[in-house]
Amino acid sequence: MTKNILIAGFGGQGVLFTGKFIAYGALIEGKELSWLPSYGPEMRGGTCNCSVIVSDEPVGSPIVNEPDVLIAMNRPSLDKFEDAVVPGGDIYIDSSLVDREVRRTDVNVHYIPATRLSTERGFDGIANMILLGSVIKGSGVIKEETIPAAMSKVVSAKRQNLFDFNIRALALGAEVLE
Amino acid sequence: MAEKVLMKGNEAIAEAAIAAGCRHYFGYPITPQTEIAAYMAKRMPKIGGVFLQAESEVSAVNMVIGAASAGVRVMTSSSSPGISLKSEGLSYMAGCDLPALIVNVQRGGPGLGGIQPSQSDYFQATRGGGHGDYHMLVLAPNSVQEMAQLTIQGFALAEKYRMPCMLLADGTMGQMMEPVELPDSAPEMAEKPWALTGTGLSRKHNIINSLSLTPDELERWNIDRYARYAKVEADEVMYEEYLTEDADVCVVGYGIAARVARNAVNAARAKGIKAGMFRPITLWPFPKAALNKLATTCRAFISVELSMGQLIEDVELAIRCSRPVTLCNRTGGMIPSPEQVLASIEEAAAKLN
Repeated sequence: MTKNILIAGFGGQGVLFTGKFIAYGALIEGKELSWLPSYGPEMRGGTCNCSVIVSDEPVGSPIVNEPDVLIAMNRPSLDKFEDAVVPGGDIYIDSSLVDREVRRTDVNVHYIPATRLSTERGFDGIANMILLGSVIKGSGVIKEETIPAAMSKVVSAKRQNLFDFNIRALALGAEVLE
Repeated sequence: MAEKVLMKGNEAIAEAAIAAGCRHYFGYPITPQTEIAAYMAKRMPKIGGVFLQAESEVSAVNMVIGAASAGVRVMTSSSSPGISLKSEGLSYMAGCDLPALIVNVQRGGPGLGGIQPSQSDYFQATRGGGHGDYHMLVLAPNSVQEMAQLTIQGFALAEKYRMPCMLLADGTMGQMMEPVELPDSAPEMAEKPWALTGTGLSRKHNIINSLSLTPDELERWNIDRYARYAKVEADEVMYEEYLTEDADVCVVGYGIAARVARNAVNAARAKGIKAGMFRPITLWPFPKAALNKLATTCRAFISVELSMGQLIEDVELAIRCSRPVTLCNRTGGMIPSPEQVLASIEEAAAKLN
């Protein structure tokens, strides 16, 4: 099985970090994977995206043109990539920042008010982790039991408070996914 | 081999170079390879190595010449416009028979071009880049694992044949992360009796020089060097074949283009087209004999490249134009999609019937 994931948003929203978390999860599970950031004159507040492929087979092209899973963290990302998603694919949206609904009817759409939840529930600055919690639960791209090991790859053990903080944000995302 | 870790291609090059025993890095920053320099800046001082950001590419490459002359394992890295600046030094290195690793993480050109991935320095790399009769070894990785492996092999080959070796990657390969296993041992350093290490008054001093004002002497140097190149061509060719055994149509590509081509070959097979892929890993020496052999069974070739038709010339030369060769390309920082390559395969296959 191969999952082509495209994560898109503004620079500073944690687009690359979100992709990195999935990549580490896949690494821990012994899967084949690739992680490719858009790079260029991007800056905080500019657009940014990241292709992640997780597969049981060796990964060919690391570029995701037709995602099975699109994670849209803002309106421009949804506008740009909505049509690229494969029929039957999944779109996860931070619905606090995207002021429209998905037009397509042949995809599964998950509206997660991640940014609003992050301020209301004390997860300032990590709305991406709430959204990722929903994605992991909904897509099964990595197993739930892999989460702590993946977290220890991206958050240093010396910062235990951040470790728990992020784990709880992921759990909240899983919880709110309908 | 150690545990698999996740690394960017650029970081894997830097870490592999350190694992290979390289303790001298001279460079100048340029996108999309700056992570190599950044990694070296962090690691080298901790392991007693030298990281030096020179005031320009020209200066950096001359520092490489100095260190290589002293017999140490040394490298530099840059991207396309920076490699043009270093090309004078590459010619001097070849003329002085000095081993070193030069990394080119290609970006769009010509001129200042862009910063997105490209393969448009193929001619520059495989034909030498600078002036004079010479070659560099040119290695083309297509995964982060190969970025590491070929970095290590590159040092060893450069020393074995006393010639500069270029690792030719592109922006995508440099920026992407994949699992990689780094080796835990370095290749043995070749004997370097020619190096400028100080005589201790025990031997005659060595001279490293590319200047000869005596034409018959300079001709002899060139002929000797080409005898060595012939040995490289005989012994050091590397390539990968994928589903070529029964293939009617063969896609030829290196680096990122080969990754895309592999998807297209799978898609073509699913549609019942007998497609295969040939991936040169050494671009110089080019795997001429292997590709020519493939042309006895395979009836059409497609060169997939991020350039305006450079690799295609080596494909045509290798198979002596015995089969049609078409071009499937994007340039300027664009990458062909698997669909574009598939369309080329379908077109070539249709013409065979």
